[in-house]
Amino acid sequence: MKKTLLSATIGAAILGLGSSASAATLDDVKAKGFVQCGVNTGLAGFSAPDAAGEWTGFDVDYCKAVAAAVFGDATKVKYSPTTAQSRFTALQSGEVDLLARNTTWTINRDTALGFNFRTVNYYDGQGFMVPKSLNVKSALELSGAAVCVQSGTTTELNLADYFKGNNLQYNPVVFEKLEEVNAAYQAGRCDVYTTDQSGLYSIRLSLPAPDDHMILPEIISKEPLGPAVRQGDDQWFDIVSWTQYAMVQAEEFGITQANVDEMKNSENPDIRRFLGTEVDSKIGTDLGLTNDWAYNIVKGVGNYGEVFERNIGASTPLKIERGLNALWTKGGLQYAPPVR
Amino acid sequence: MADYSAPAPPSGLTFRSLAYDPKIRSIVFQVLTVVVVVGIVWFIGQNVATNLARSNTASGYDFLYGRSGFDIGDTLIAYSSNSTYGRAIMVGFLNTLLVAAVGIVTATIIGFIIGLGRLSHNWLIAKLCTVYVEVFRNIPPLLVIFFWYSGVLRALPNVRDSLEMPFNIFLNNRGLIFPKPIWGEGAWLVAASVVVAIIASIGIYQWASNRQSKTGQQFPVIWTAVALVIGLPLLTFLALGSPLTFDIPVAGRFNLTGGGTVLPEFFALYLALSFYTAAFIAEIIRAGIRGVPKGQTEASTALGLQPNMTTRLVVVPQAMRIIIPPLTSQYLNLTKNSSLGVAIGYPELVSTGGTTMNQTGQAIEIVSIWIIVYLSISLGTSLLMNWFNAKMALVER
Repeated sequence: MKKTLLSATIGAAILGLGSSASAATLDDVKAKGFVQCGVNTGLAGFSAPDAAGEWTGFDVDYCKAVAAAVFGDATKVKYSPTTAQSRFTALQSGEVDLLARNTTWTINRDTALGFNFRTVNYYDGQGFMVPKSLNVKSALELSGAAVCVQSGTTTELNLADYFKGNNLQYNPVVFEKLEEVNAAYQAGRCDVYTTDQSGLYSIRLSLPAPDDHMILPEIISKEPLGPAVRQGDDQWFDIVSWTQYAMVQAEEFGITQANVDEMKNSENPDIRRFLGTEVDSKIGTDLGLTNDWAYNIVKGVGNYGEVFERNIGASTPLKIERGLNALWTKGGLQYAPPVR
Repeated sequence: MADYSAPAPPSGLTFRSLAYDPKIRSIVFQVLTVVVVVGIVWFIGQNVATNLARSNTASGYDFLYGRSGFDIGDTLIAYSSNSTYGRAIMVGFLNTLLVAAVGIVTATIIGFIIGLGRLSHNWLIAKLCTVYVEVFRNIPPLLVIFFWYSGVLRALPNVRDSLEMPFNIFLNNRGLIFPKPIWGEGAWLVAASVVVAIIASIGIYQWASNRQSKTGQQFPVIWTAVALVIGLPLLTFLALGSPLTFDIPVAGRFNLTGGGTVLPEFFALYLALSFYTAAFIAEIIRAGIRGVPKGQTEASTALGLQPNMTTRLVVVPQAMRIIIPPLTSQYLNLTKNSSLGVAIGYPELVSTGGTTMNQTGQAIEIVSIWIIVYLSISLGTSLLMNWFNAKMALVER
C-alpha cells in the first residue's frame, strides 16, 4: 500500500515536472492540435455561446484567426471561459495559450504581471449606463449613486479615480462575475452600471427592456483591448500580434473571405506577397508558420472589417459604429505595419 | 524418517530479521513518510520558483504597501482608494471576522432553540423543527446564500419606496439604513464605565458564590449585574451632559445619504450562515441532551430538584461535554463558509484579496495570505473552544 502510494507520488511528481517545463508555445499548440483560448464567460457580440452552444463573437473570431494561421483550420480552438479575476492566473499558469477577452492593455499588466501586449483589436473607453427614469444627463450628476462594477478590472480603478477626481461620492457594489453584476443592476441594487462602452452596449441589449436604459455621453478612460500572451516566447507573441495585423491589412487591401481565392491571382505584388503566392517567399516560414498563413486567416474568419460587422457592427443588434476602430485610411486607429 | 525439527533460527542480523522487526519497520516507514512529504513540498517550491522566474512575474510581499486604487462598499476601518493593498485585505479580514462572529452567536441561539424543539413533547413543534433541520442540512450553503440574497433583494422595495420604520430607520434593497450615532467629547468614558461595570459584576459573582458555599446565603447577582452594566454607563452619560448626536439619513437624489448602512449582502450572508449552521448545531444539541442517561434526571427529581433546576444544574452541564467538541467544528465550518460571500459581492477576505490578486497579479502571495489567515482564525477558535471544553469537563475530586 505504502509502496503504491510512493510510486504514485513519484509518478505525479514526474508528470508535474513534465507539464511545468516550458517548450515554445507554438510547438505545444501544434503538438496538442488546437489553440486553447481564454475568452469572456459571456458578453454578447464579443464572446458568448450561441443557441447551439458554439462560441461566437468578436474575440472568439480572434481565437479562430490564430488557429487558422497555425493550422489552416479556424475550428481548431478550445475555449476557456474566464472571469475578470481568473483570466490572468489562467494565462500565467499556461492553462490558456492566449487571452482574447476584452482585456485592457496597461503598463502594469505588460510588465509586473508578466504578459505581452502589442496589438489592439478594439479601442474602447469606459462609460456609464443608467435607467432613463433617473433623468441623469451626465456622469457628473452621479454623486451619491450606487455603482455596479466588476471586480479586478481597470474599470474598478478608473471609477475610483474619476469619482475622486471630480469630488463625487459613490457606493461601489462589486461582484466577481459579469452575470452577477447584470443581475444586481436589473434588481435595482445599484443606480449605475459602469464598464467599457462596448460592454455596456452588449449588456443593455440583454436587459428585459433595453429602451429604458441609456448610456451616458462621458467616456472616462482609454481602454485599448487586445490579445495578451505570456512574456518570454517571442515567436508566439509575433504570431498572435501579426494575426491582428493580417486582418487589418486584408481589409486595407480589400481582400475578403469571399474574394480571397481570386485575389491569390492578383497582379499586385503586395497582395501576392501577403497571400503567400510569391515565389521563394519566406513571409510565413519566418513566423514558424506556412507561407499562406494570412490567406488562411482571411479564408477562415475574414478581414478585420468583416469580423467587426459580423459580430458587433451596424447590421447586428449591438449597432456599434467603427469610430476609432475604422482603418487609418478612414480616420480610425486601426493600422498594420507592412507585411514585407 | 521425516525430520520434524524446526529450521535452525537464523544467526545474527539477516535482512529478513530486520524487515520483520516491528521497531525497525516503524522507523523505516516514518523516515520514508518524512522523506516523501519533504520531497513533495520541496518539489512544489521548486516548481513555483521556476514558474515564477519563467513567467517574469514579480514576487514578494512588497505589493502590500502599494496604493490599492479601488473602493470597498463596506468597511469597518477607515479605507479609501488611496489606502494600501494591505489595508484592503485587512478590511476584508475584519468583515470576515464580523460576519463569522455574529453568525456564530445567532447560529448557536437558533440551533439551541431548534434542538430543544425537536425534543419537545409537542408534536407540531417537534415535527416543524425536524423539517427545518432536514431542509437546511441538505442544501449546499451557497444555495442558501443565494436564496437569502435573491429573496432579500427581490422582496425589499426599491430605494425610492423605502419602508419607513420608527426612529428614522429605513429598509430597502440597498440595505438597512439607520441613524448613525456620533459620539461627542468624553464619550470614551461611557465605554470605559461599561468595562468597569462588567469587571465589577464578575467580582461580585465570585464573592457571592464564595459566600454561598460558606454560609449558604444567596445574593441576587444577576439583578445587581444588570443594574451595574446598564446603570453605571447611563449615569456617566448623563453626568457628561449626553455627548451623543445622530446622523439621520435623508433622501438624496439617488440614495438615502448619511446614517449608517447594513448592506443586503451582509444580511444575506449572515442569515444564510446562521440558518445553515443552526441545523447542524440543533442536531448536536439534541444528541448531547439525549446522551445524558435518564437515570440522572430521575435521580435529580428524587432529590427534590424542580424540572427547570434539573435541566439547568444536572442535564445541561453533562450534555455540554458531549456538545462542545462537535460544536467547535461547526463554528469553524461557519467561519470558512463565510468565504462564499464572494459570490454575492460581500467584501470579505476572499473578495478583497481576489481583487488585489487581480490588480497586482500576485496569486501565490495572496493565496498564502488566505491560507494563513483562515488557519489562524480556525486554530484560534479551536484553542478557545478547547479551553472552554476543559473548563466544562468532568472534574473528579
